[in-house]
Amino acid sequence: MMRQYKEKENVQKKPYYSDRFWVAPQVPKFDVQSDTVFAQDLAVLKEKFEIVDAYIQQGQMIVYINSNDNVDVLTTLRDELSYNFLSEHSAIDWLAKRGEFEIFYQMLSTGKRKRIRIKCFIKERETLKSVTGVYKSADWAEREMYDMFGVIISGHHYMKRLLMPDDWYDHPLRKTYPLHGDEAAQWYEIDKIFGKEYRDIIGPEERDAARIDVDDTHRFSHIHHEVPFGAPVSHEKTATDYQEEGGVFIVKKLKKEDAKILKERP
Amino acid sequence: MAQHKINYLQEAGLPVALTTVDKLVQWGRSNSLWPLTYGLACCAIEMMATGASRYDFDRFGTIFRASPRQADVIVIAGTLTKKHAPFMRRLYDQMAEPKWVISMGSCANTGGMFNTYATVQGADRIVPVDIYLPGCAPRPETLQYALMLLQKKIRTESASYKLQPKRLV
Repeated sequence: MMRQYKEKENVQKKPYYSDRFWVAPQVPKFDVQSDTVFAQDLAVLKEKFEIVDAYIQQGQMIVYINSNDNVDVLTTLRDELSYNFLSEHSAIDWLAKRGEFEIFYQMLSTGKRKRIRIKCFIKERETLKSVTGVYKSADWAEREMYDMFGVIISGHHYMKRLLMPDDWYDHPLRKTYPLHGDEAAQWYEIDKIFGKEYRDIIGPEERDAARIDVDDTHRFSHIHHEVPFGAPVSHEKTATDYQEEGGVFIVKKLKKEDAKILKERP
Repeated sequence: MAQHKINYLQEAGLPVALTTVDKLVQWGRSNSLWPLTYGLACCAIEMMATGASRYDFDRFGTIFRASPRQADVIVIAGTLTKKHAPFMRRLYDQMAEPKWVISMGSCANTGGMFNTYATVQGADRIVPVDIYLPGCAPRPETLQYALMLLQKKIRTESASYKLQPKRLV
């Protein structure tokens, strides 16, 4: 008996392609007063700094501050409120929507067993103060943020790209950066190793993963019909065993009929 | 005066084996292929397994060398990023002729699943490749088979090996 056939729905495709106005449901936000520990923390922060917004999401407090307060806020959190880990720090690209980067500092208090996220917005050319003096873990995070988004940090002791090469053009995690790279990225290794004049000789990158060309023997090899590199296509079947007929100097060819095959282990 | 007429052409007539210089030199080269100890990503784990005792590369005369000056083969085992490409090319240039290249795995062959800005889309954009190994990652048997095919390829070449004008340089 066969199982009844049911049309399988592509769950991933559905919201993105069928309904253009579908909005992903938001994670519910709760008032900070609903958690006593967070409420006390926020009260301490409110005394000293201007708080733009604060709420609780997924059991973590999110606090929006002004970007020039970042070092002082983090110092207060570390020294007075015992948030002793800066576990994550990076940026979100909102340049197209609001012309700004959203910066976040994700912190953990092992004593209170609470996580808190400090957020702020900065404009594209604005500089952000480095927090490496407060948390050492911000060192590479800030370098990566500069590398990937082009967020300019002031006061960092070694401001250099972290992942991409030093002579790389542009910042790859920006929304405007093409996935396959801009022109400088696509020719990067050719320009650097051979020089720009070799672009014509080597040709552009093959980006179509499904491309098959049976006549191109530079890149493709028809199985059982292999030909030397660049030679014209052949329809004759080729021998694919690795040993030469008759063996080579000193080495004898192994023949299956000469081999003694045991039916079972002795 | 010899009492008996010796037929030199008969088997074991004289303890001499006749061969050509090409065959002798390439026999030596193909049975002492020394690859460079050079791994880039997960394919390198399979390459290490091939070198270790279970699959045992040594029985092909293939012993990993830690210097490009002593190596004949470079196995590009893993994802070749654009940042790393100049260093890979430098290692290849430092190897003495004759030299061969095995491109191991999808990433080295075509960029594989890393169809992104940071990955070289095929190691043959940087260096001329002799053997392309499919797989992600290829099993140690595949690398062994590639080495055997490379040996066979070397045996068919002439001893005065000159880098054929391939797509590059």
